[in-house]
Amino acid sequence: MNEKTTSGASLFGAFTHKEIRHILRDRRTLLILLGIPVIQIVLFGFAITTEVRDVRVGILDPTPDVATRHITDRLLANDYFTFAGLFSSPAAVERSLRRGEIEMALVFAPSSPGRITRDGTVPVQLIADASDPNTAALFTGYATNIITAAAGELAGTPEESPARLLPEMRLLYNPAMRAAYNFVPGVMGLVLMLICAMMTSISIVREKESGTLELLLVSPVRPFVIIAAKIVPYLILSGINIATILLLSVYVLDVPVVGSLFWLVLVSLLFVLVSLSIGIFVSSIVRSQVAAMLISGMVLMMPVVLLSGLLFPVENMPILLRWTSHLIPAKWYIAAMKKIMIEGAPVLYILREILVLVGMGILLLLVSWKKFNDRIA
Amino acid sequence: MNVITTELLTKRFGTFTAVDRVTFEVRRGEIFGFLGANGAGKTTAMRILCGLSKPTSGKAIVAGHDVATHPDHVKRHIGYMSQKFSLYEDLKVWENIRLYAGIYGMRPAEIKAKSAILLRQLEFEDGRDKLVRSLPLGWKQKLAFSVAVFHEPRIVFLDEPTGGVDPVTRRQFWELIYQVADRGITVFVTTHYMDEAEYCDRVSIMVDGRVEVLDSPEQLKKRFRATSMEEVFRHLARGTTRS
Repeated sequence: MNEKTTSGASLFGAFTHKEIRHILRDRRTLLILLGIPVIQIVLFGFAITTEVRDVRVGILDPTPDVATRHITDRLLANDYFTFAGLFSSPAAVERSLRRGEIEMALVFAPSSPGRITRDGTVPVQLIADASDPNTAALFTGYATNIITAAAGELAGTPEESPARLLPEMRLLYNPAMRAAYNFVPGVMGLVLMLICAMMTSISIVREKESGTLELLLVSPVRPFVIIAAKIVPYLILSGINIATILLLSVYVLDVPVVGSLFWLVLVSLLFVLVSLSIGIFVSSIVRSQVAAMLISGMVLMMPVVLLSGLLFPVENMPILLRWTSHLIPAKWYIAAMKKIMIEGAPVLYILREILVLVGMGILLLLVSWKKFNDRIA
Repeated sequence: MNVITTELLTKRFGTFTAVDRVTFEVRRGEIFGFLGANGAGKTTAMRILCGLSKPTSGKAIVAGHDVATHPDHVKRHIGYMSQKFSLYEDLKVWENIRLYAGIYGMRPAEIKAKSAILLRQLEFEDGRDKLVRSLPLGWKQKLAFSVAVFHEPRIVFLDEPTGGVDPVTRRQFWELIYQVADRGITVFVTTHYMDEAEYCDRVSIMVDGRVEVLDSPEQLKKRFRATSMEEVFRHLARGTTRS
């Protein structure tokens, strides 16, 4: 009995050794796996940004005066907007918009002094190139705020307009509205899912294809040892990736880890285990590496990108998609990560996410185990 | 002494009977050819004998253990080589040997000594540290076979081991099979090549899930008044109801 357990442990060692060899000998894949988080963080951090900067603004002001100049100055003083030309006619503005020389135009009506009335209405028009509707909505929103504030300053003191309500906004947890706070947890979910689910399934299916798995099944080694040994190197890789992402986000993107690092790592490991079980499950239903890659890539990755809240808010989706999003493990992980990392919430607040992930992991493992045994019988 | 004994061995998938009341024995040290057309049920039967699949009814004793109740004991005493050549391509020759020998509980020192002898016999000492990927197919097959019998199993199962190699290499491969049989290891081999069937001590031919005939190639040829195993096989396969 004793001898059996020691030989089991050394077998596990031998298999882990073999798996690590497989990965180390495949330099290109290894490089990709280690590079992915860096590339994603750089892409999301610097290239794909939902923040608006340097919107080119054209001004059409037929009768400039103190009021219009004040509003114009206030707008252009802002970082988001840059001056791109003074226009003399609406036609010129339109031409320029169409050519893409400007993205927004600030158009004042030609009128007599005293245009800015006591009730605070400003006869001013914003024309925006809305071919990218999200961005247009974003920067016209900014501009409206700035103009309203500037007009308010012109209209005079509060005593003269006592009924005006001025809501003051406070943006909690992410006061600068930086996109990095949103995508860092998202990228973690994406990368871990990719490495754990896709690579595990591919590596198991590869052995199916090559016939080595059959050889192992005919041998006295327990399937559990084979699978467990496969998981180990990806666990290590995931750890390296989590560390890479956290270091990059803290030191390059200035996203602090507000909450407990311990829970962050623990919940990440939980998600890694769920992703690994997905990989094992996928490998139990497909026969070829191509199929494993397609399923992991299309069926698993796309929903993570689209439905996990990484790019688009899930709250605005049709109810069917919102329900579907509940089935995506990454959604729960990303939600938990946001709470821990950005909001610094105590673990009690992410209990629901943790329980959902635990449940999903157990379910997936049970189903894979059953499928596996069906194949043997 | 028999190393394989089956009694009315049957495997059904739903209403389809893949293996139909098969009864036969394989003696120690013989080369047993297990023939049959595609879909005749030989792969299913072989999977049962290897402990990969449970029989629906009937009994099979392999290397002294019941495959249905003690597949783990059976697995310890058999070797296996599939039609897909199945060593790890991205591991070195020596690493493959060490891994598979380790699976069967051989000690590192024992593995080291024995693999040195093996590589010398194969005249392949230079290949020890080569990646398996870089070897020609003939070598890969010889190695896969040597690895399958490295732990001195009582039976080695070969599932169409010579698929896709040239006649010269096939001949060399059969030399290895004879050597192994001389060591007392029983060889249980499926093949498509009827000339290979002639090399076997005894052959069985499966048709529609049943073992139709079982005898030495000479006796079979005499019985069907045929000049080659090819003819015997065609004669029997004509009676099939499965395509």
